[in-house]
Amino acid sequence: MAFAAFSGGSEKSSYKVPRKNSTKVALALLLPGMIYLALFFITPLASLVATSLEVPDASGEIGRYQYGFEIGNYWYVIQTYWPHIARSFVYALAATILSLLISYPLAYFIGVRARKWPLIQKLALALVIAPFFISFLLRTFAWKQIFSNESWIVTTLQSLHVLAPDQYLVGTDFMVIFGLTYNFIPFMTLPLYTSLERLDLRLLEAGSDLYATPAKVFRKVTLPITMPGIISGTLMTFIPIAGDYINASRDFLGSSGTQMIGNVVETNFLRINDYPSASALSVLLMAAILGLVVFYVRRSGTEDLL
Amino acid sequence: MATEFVARGSDLDLVGIRKDFPGFTALDHLDLHIPAGEFFALLGPSGCGKTTTLRLVAGLEEPTSGKILIGGKDVTASKPHERPVNTVFQSYALFPHMSVLENVAFGLRQRKVDEPLKRAEEALALVQLGHLSQRRPQQLSGGQQQRVALARALVNRPSLLLLDEPLGALDLKLRREMQIELKAIQMEVGLTFLHVTHDQEEAMDMADTVAVMNKGHIEQMGAPEALYDRPHTVFVAKFLGQSNLFIGNVAETSANSIGIEVAGYKISVPKDRAEKHTGKVAIGVRPEKADLHQQKPAPSSSENLIGPGEVLDIRFTGVSNQFLVEIPNIGLVTVFEQNEGNSTVALGDQVYVSWKVEHTFGLADLPDSVEE
Repeated sequence: MAFAAFSGGSEKSSYKVPRKNSTKVALALLLPGMIYLALFFITPLASLVATSLEVPDASGEIGRYQYGFEIGNYWYVIQTYWPHIARSFVYALAATILSLLISYPLAYFIGVRARKWPLIQKLALALVIAPFFISFLLRTFAWKQIFSNESWIVTTLQSLHVLAPDQYLVGTDFMVIFGLTYNFIPFMTLPLYTSLERLDLRLLEAGSDLYATPAKVFRKVTLPITMPGIISGTLMTFIPIAGDYINASRDFLGSSGTQMIGNVVETNFLRINDYPSASALSVLLMAAILGLVVFYVRRSGTEDLL
Repeated sequence: MATEFVARGSDLDLVGIRKDFPGFTALDHLDLHIPAGEFFALLGPSGCGKTTTLRLVAGLEEPTSGKILIGGKDVTASKPHERPVNTVFQSYALFPHMSVLENVAFGLRQRKVDEPLKRAEEALALVQLGHLSQRRPQQLSGGQQQRVALARALVNRPSLLLLDEPLGALDLKLRREMQIELKAIQMEVGLTFLHVTHDQEEAMDMADTVAVMNKGHIEQMGAPEALYDRPHTVFVAKFLGQSNLFIGNVAETSANSIGIEVAGYKISVPKDRAEKHTGKVAIGVRPEKADLHQQKPAPSSSENLIGPGEVLDIRFTGVSNQFLVEIPNIGLVTVFEQNEGNSTVALGDQVYVSWKVEHTFGLADLPDSVEE
């Protein structure tokens, strides 16, 4: 179910009962993938969980830990970092909603309105993907320059009294959410486009023929039919945003007041060598996201979307 | 919503409709009147503008010029959702995310009709699908989907029901069944039906009035029997059933008939069955109206006679035998004879072809291949 949600989702799925001897072939074909998963996903995951339960080494040397099954690490990080955890999910929620609001009309234009002009459709799609040709670090840094304290944008906003003379943009919640939204829009637009591109416009005509106003047609027909795209798009943005550590970082768009879980994990792992705390946070983040995703997909998948 | 819904069907009038698409004109000066309660068929080949006409009435296209009136009310500027019409789409266009019942209740819910589900259940019962109301449309067969589409439109009791080749995707047997059912439903509910089809048998079988369309205009309109008996143009003569056509010049004119000289033969047409009375004309006769003779029959003023010619092909279709006769200077003539088990005509025989003068029809135009 959760995996189907990522595929962009189709209304019709064809069920084919495989013949018995093809099961063996399928297993053989799956084997390389299984080995890869075992080596590069299961093993590190187990190691991460093990690390999250470690205690400081008996020697007391900084950065050295030994196995200890210390569940208390989790209580410690929750107590210490709960503002960062909460902030991560608030930022992720805000940026996901903003990207959805921006991407849906965009994807609708490319996938539905531009059908008549295939060239424009392809060009628009290329433009959605084009930012990937430049490193996102560079692009994020460019935004920092654009919104820097001396930039004309900030000085104009200050002279218009939208910002106080001592107020700036870089380092604010707004700036981080802006950066997150900007960076993840393509991940929202593409699944939405896949859904909208195969939307049968005759269904919309049928809706209006059955007395539904354009707004009603959108709510009762377009939206529910493209729901698989919305679900996969929101998952594709929400999950990576919740773990992002670039946009909120002090080096980019954030400040000490905008730190997310990713930044805390980074600091604990790389700067203060508190591996158990970093691991515990990572495991917590993963569990929280998994729980939210399962809840979300269950709700939107089984309910009648009316 | 301000739309008024009448319990019975309404008149439909199209006045001087023209529809241009980029690069071509789909409809040119189309005038049409359909009386309330009638089963009206628009018949024509693909690309003749019949579906465009339907979409104009539904409001899914806007006419370049002209007016559309439903029940005397001008709806030209109305949006689709404001028009008291419902469409059974060729693709059915059932909502895949809703149950069959919810599909049928959709229009009722939009109009905030009381007890939408109860009415939807009744409509499904009418098309004998009450037991499948909780299924999704994609779990149904083509014929069942077609009935859901019909129920979804009918349940709203529209003034005018538009049917866009609704039987096109069904196999022959199911199509015949649905034709009978559709006709029965129309008589039961008394709505005005506007049915678009390219299947001439379907149109003749079901409709009270058939309009034959070609290249964006109506070639001829009338009761199916009248259209078949007396086509006015080459297109109608060939599209609606089969015809033997002959080209000749009017050689003599009497009080109630004209005589046309065709390759040395004189063929008579009653004046009131001929569209054109002078010059070069096309005349014709239906294959089943013609008879074969192995001996030259005695000439008669009430019969047209051509021949002899050679029998090139005999096709046995069960009900009838179809003969293809090549008559020198005239060409191929098709004759259908009832299979009464006494035909002695064999391949290669020399035969004469005759038919009653009153079965001849004269057309207004000439086939494309013939110069004026």
